[in-house]
Amino acid sequence: MCGIVGLFAKNSEMRASLGSYVVPMIVCMGDRGQDSAGLAVFSEQNSKNSRRINLFSQDSTFPWDTLSEKLSQEMKCDFDSIDNHAVIIATEDPQHIIHWLSEHYSELFVLSIGQAIDVYKDTGHPLEIAEKYKFNELKGTHCVGHTRMATESAVTPYHSHPFIAGEDLCLVHNGSLSNHHNLRRMLEKRDIPFETDNDTEAVCRYLQWRLREGDSIEEALQKTFEDVDGFYTLLIGTADRIVLVRDAFACKPALIAETDDYVAIGSEFRTMAHLPEIESAQLYEPKPEEIYSWKV
Amino acid sequence: MESLDLAAQSVRETNQFFHDLSSSDTREFEILHPNGAHNIAVGLDAPVKVHIRGHAGYFIAGMNKQAEVTIHGNVGWSVAENMMSGVVRVNGFASECAGSSGHGGLLIINGDASSRCGISMKGTSIVVGGNVGHMSAFMAQAGYLLICGDADHGLGDSLYEAVIYVRGKIHGLGADAREEQMEESDYTKVNELLEMTEFNYDPKEFKRVASAKTLYHWSPNSKQFAVL
Repeated sequence: MCGIVGLFAKNSEMRASLGSYVVPMIVCMGDRGQDSAGLAVFSEQNSKNSRRINLFSQDSTFPWDTLSEKLSQEMKCDFDSIDNHAVIIATEDPQHIIHWLSEHYSELFVLSIGQAIDVYKDTGHPLEIAEKYKFNELKGTHCVGHTRMATESAVTPYHSHPFIAGEDLCLVHNGSLSNHHNLRRMLEKRDIPFETDNDTEAVCRYLQWRLREGDSIEEALQKTFEDVDGFYTLLIGTADRIVLVRDAFACKPALIAETDDYVAIGSEFRTMAHLPEIESAQLYEPKPEEIYSWKV
Repeated sequence: MESLDLAAQSVRETNQFFHDLSSSDTREFEILHPNGAHNIAVGLDAPVKVHIRGHAGYFIAGMNKQAEVTIHGNVGWSVAENMMSGVVRVNGFASECAGSSGHGGLLIINGDASSRCGISMKGTSIVVGGNVGHMSAFMAQAGYLLICGDADHGLGDSLYEAVIYVRGKIHGLGADAREEQMEESDYTKVNELLEMTEFNYDPKEFKRVASAKTLYHWSPNSKQFAVL
């Protein structure tokens, strides 16, 4: 099954408490999947030069303080951690940091890189994950989240959504893909590396490839309609956009609620029933193979 | 009117309350705070009136018998699925598979219905005030689907004996569905369906879609071959 949620805040008040609005959304979607959950939050960029690198450690007692100390001897950076999750904020070339991490801490998993994106994902019920990483304190312009009921690959934090494709781009998916092995073979020949054997990662990497080749997101999604076979509702987050599409059959649910203050996206109305002014929101379902997009 | 509040009791308790009613109970109830919950008022079998005050989730008023259920909001998937008798009204819009597999009764949707409306219907009547999504009335076996707006592509794919009436534009017929001449009996039927709703349209504005019946029997001359 799986559940997807998205929230796009149009005003500063809502952005300041984005997390508190999205927590009931993602917890509610625990009914559609409680193997794992994840959330990507996009915040307004403070500096054009700095990058945020989100890290995950399988070991909850990982010595983040030691890492922070060692890293600060190498470069000027900010560091923050909570439980299995940490974020490095630095102006240093992110590839240099990734290389340094792989040499010194190869057990760490890079969740995301970008100017605006932070990604949290882990196994367990979304309620536990939301509490563990204090989702209700998160601030930002928009976010996309997912609750997973695994059907085709292992239940691990790495197989959880959101998946990332390059900087400041992530994707969550409700559905199942039938040609993901073919896509993977095609993309690996084109030097697009994979991190898991998950079907959603294939469509995410497909977008990464099309964007690398110079497509806009719209062009990449038009090609996705032709090349990606299966059922899907895809919700994509970038630094300044949230984008939603469904496959030609549109048999995986999605609902959009729009008001002057926000755009909420969810698998079911229940996810958004708590949002302010929901009774007067414009509610509609996205049509098959149409691209819906909102820009900050 | 008696109130049942879903903020204070579960859907299961609420449905059990309805199941315990006498099958000749004619009281009127309202259900408060549905907040998109699924399975509200499923399996009713009494001539009661039920008002759901707000948006509701999946399978609302499923397997309905006798009852008159009105949803004062939108509904999710499969509203009034497998209805046997009674009336279900949706004042807003309905998501996928509205009225699917219904044997009898009447489903009225004031707004749009999404894809696969009336899929596999078996004798129920559905009236949609707005448009319907793709693949509506797929494999519909008996009954009537009346669409006051437009129909998306794949309308009536693999139809059996159900009949579809469309007032607006048909964006594409499914396999074996065809537009047919409206007869006097069709105008009478459209009028009869409209009379049960608040929609005021002239039956002459409607087109009839029914099965061409070319899929009823296997034909060696049809394109049903496998590439070896």
